[in-house]
Amino acid sequence: MQAFGSGAMTNSIADIVEAKAILAIGTNTTEAHPVLSLQIKKAVRQHGASLIVADPRRIELVDFATVHLRLEAGTDLALLNGLAHIILNENLHDSAFITERTENFEAWKAVVDEYTPDRVSAITGVPVDDLVRAARIYGGARPASIFYCLGITEHTVGHQNVLALANLALLTGNLGIRGGGLNPIRGQNNVQGACDMGGLPNYYPGYQPVTDPAVREKMTAFYGVEQPPATPGLTMGELIQAAGEHRIRALYIMGENPMMSDPNTNHVRDCLEKLDLLIVQDLFLTETAALADVVFPAAAFAEKDGTFTNTERRVQRVRQVFDPPGEARADWQILCQLARRMGARGWDYTSPSEIMEEIAQITPPYGGIHYDRLEGDGLQWPCPSRDHNGTPILHVGKFPRGRGRFHPVHHQPAAELPDDEYPLMLTTGRILQHYHTGTMTRRVSGLNILAPEERAEINTLDAAELGIADGDWIRIASRRGVVTVRARVCERPRRGLVFMTFHFVEALSNVLTNNALDPIAKVPEYKVCAVKVERAYPPEDRTHA
Amino acid sequence: MAYAPTLSPDRVARTTCPYCGVGCQIELHTKGGVVYRVSAPFDAQPNQGKLCVKGRFGHDYLWHPDRLTVPLLRRNGQLVPVGWDEALGFVADRLAAIKSESGPGAIGALGGSRCTNEENYLMQKFARQVIGTHNVDNCARL
Ligand code: SF4
Repeated sequence: MQAFGSGAMTNSIADIVEAKAILAIGTNTTEAHPVLSLQIKKAVRQHGASLIVADPRRIELVDFATVHLRLEAGTDLALLNGLAHIILNENLHDSAFITERTENFEAWKAVVDEYTPDRVSAITGVPVDDLVRAARIYGGARPASIFYCLGITEHTVGHQNVLALANLALLTGNLGIRGGGLNPIRGQNNVQGACDMGGLPNYYPGYQPVTDPAVREKMTAFYGVEQPPATPGLTMGELIQAAGEHRIRALYIMGENPMMSDPNTNHVRDCLEKLDLLIVQDLFLTETAALADVVFPAAAFAEKDGTFTNTERRVQRVRQVFDPPGEARADWQILCQLARRMGARGWDYTSPSEIMEEIAQITPPYGGIHYDRLEGDGLQWPCPSRDHNGTPILHVGKFPRGRGRFHPVHHQPAAELPDDEYPLMLTTGRILQHYHTGTMTRRVSGLNILAPEERAEINTLDAAELGIADGDWIRIASRRGVVTVRARVCERPRRGLVFMTFHFVEALSNVLTNNALDPIAKVPEYKVCAVKVERAYPPEDRTHA
Repeated sequence: MAYAPTLSPDRVARTTCPYCGVGCQIELHTKGGVVYRVSAPFDAQPNQGKLCVKGRFGHDYLWHPDRLTVPLLRRNGQLVPVGWDEALGFVADRLAAIKSESGPGAIGALGGSRCTNEENYLMQKFARQVIGTHNVDNCARL
């Protein structure tokens, strides 16, 4: 990441309990990352840490918080600049750290000076008193840690949101120490590993930029094939868009279901249908696989060997317990067979451990990762060599880019705000019992008993105005589509806000969401779009229920 | 509890939960080809014996009748079962044809955040070495 040069959780799950203050923003941790939330609760209940929760909804974590900053969705930047403003005004910043380890402080401070508590309160809807209390808690305690998740990144300004959080951590010197840090909680189990392994259009494994001529030369030599030009490829959203415009003719999708997970589902279908060749490799005939020209049956996690890397950069073993059903094969085997068919060289691995040996050779942070070292607790990268024991805390004494850089960032409204026609705001997220697009969990009967259907949360006052009672069917419409779903009338969302998950195909929020992208990180704006709500009759055809 | 019936497992295998980014360590107790119990080692990071409802009870999908067991190929608009040889051959030929007609930039690949590191590594290697494009991404933005 550009502020100090890495995009993973800086600290470890184990040292959360050493924090004296915790800021949890845009993370519904108890539902999305339950076991990590237990550590946060333990820090509060057993170790006396103060917790600040910044979230438009009254999520469960609020029960443990000293302050709940119930900001209007999409105003995080103003909030974070406002907290920094108060910390500076009250002299709670760490001047020594700022002088010794950071740069660009003065330019940044000039911007933050404009974010007075009154102005920030007007933008975010958070009372000035709460802003001051939160700033004193985060700024006044050492160590203090920050946790964030998709509530921060899934906005058109997601990239700036992360920079604003980094600014706070730099300002208070909360980096490189136990119980501190800036900690993104990665959503799916191996998102961290997929990125580490270079499953990104701008990086080779280990975040080696494709634009660096030395890297390109090294990879050309290593792969024995002239590498593509030194310009980044297309991101997922761009690939789908390009498919719709016939610039991409073939797409090979391994274990993902963009028909469910991507914003604006109808548009995704139109684009995928234009492909000349769609290859999908998965456990089930997902909504995306149903559109494919070829479907390869894949093995599940219990049917193959390998490694996953968790949100704290810990590389851990996955072990084969069963044979895959029928003729299904592990993804790595399918890839090897296909590559050999296409005449490629260097695809004769007999086991995942051999693949890891190759990864270690060309991926500096994984240089010391070998299967024989992964028994027990695994290893946290960077782990550059066999005699290195891994890195539980990043940035101790020094940042990879040298000095940590303050980045001035400005508040900007979300791409689509409520208006007369679509007066409410929709935000999306996860619930505890299901996972992502539901491909796996919707096929686990116990989990379906606990959470059988989508319920859209709507504030009591909004519901009263619209004549909606708890459990009523409602129609939610945006500029992109309509879904019919049952309402849960409650106090959790703030006024004007509606909340849905993306786990349920029969009432899929991504039909409604906006595919406007953050121009830098290319993250779709799932978290905010404008909708209207009205009472409805139950849909006649409720397949999958 | 005075009486707790016990089943002796064929095998207890330590592995990593496939659901969220916490990466809890789980032990699958298996008997007769199914998981009948899931536990968590108390002495292990990152979860020290704790699990949520998904890690503890969320594995039945492994035996769900909807699991795909054979490759499928679209013929006359329908996905029909075929052998691996035919499915792989078809894909290899089509990818090669599209690459030679429209260039490697007309092909894209998406890795999976549910797949292993090794598999994601191979997917990017496939895109960059075999196809010759940086058009490779994953679901991290979601
Ligand atoms: S058990 Fe729950 S908290 Fe732990 S990795 Fe699995 S889904 Fe995440």
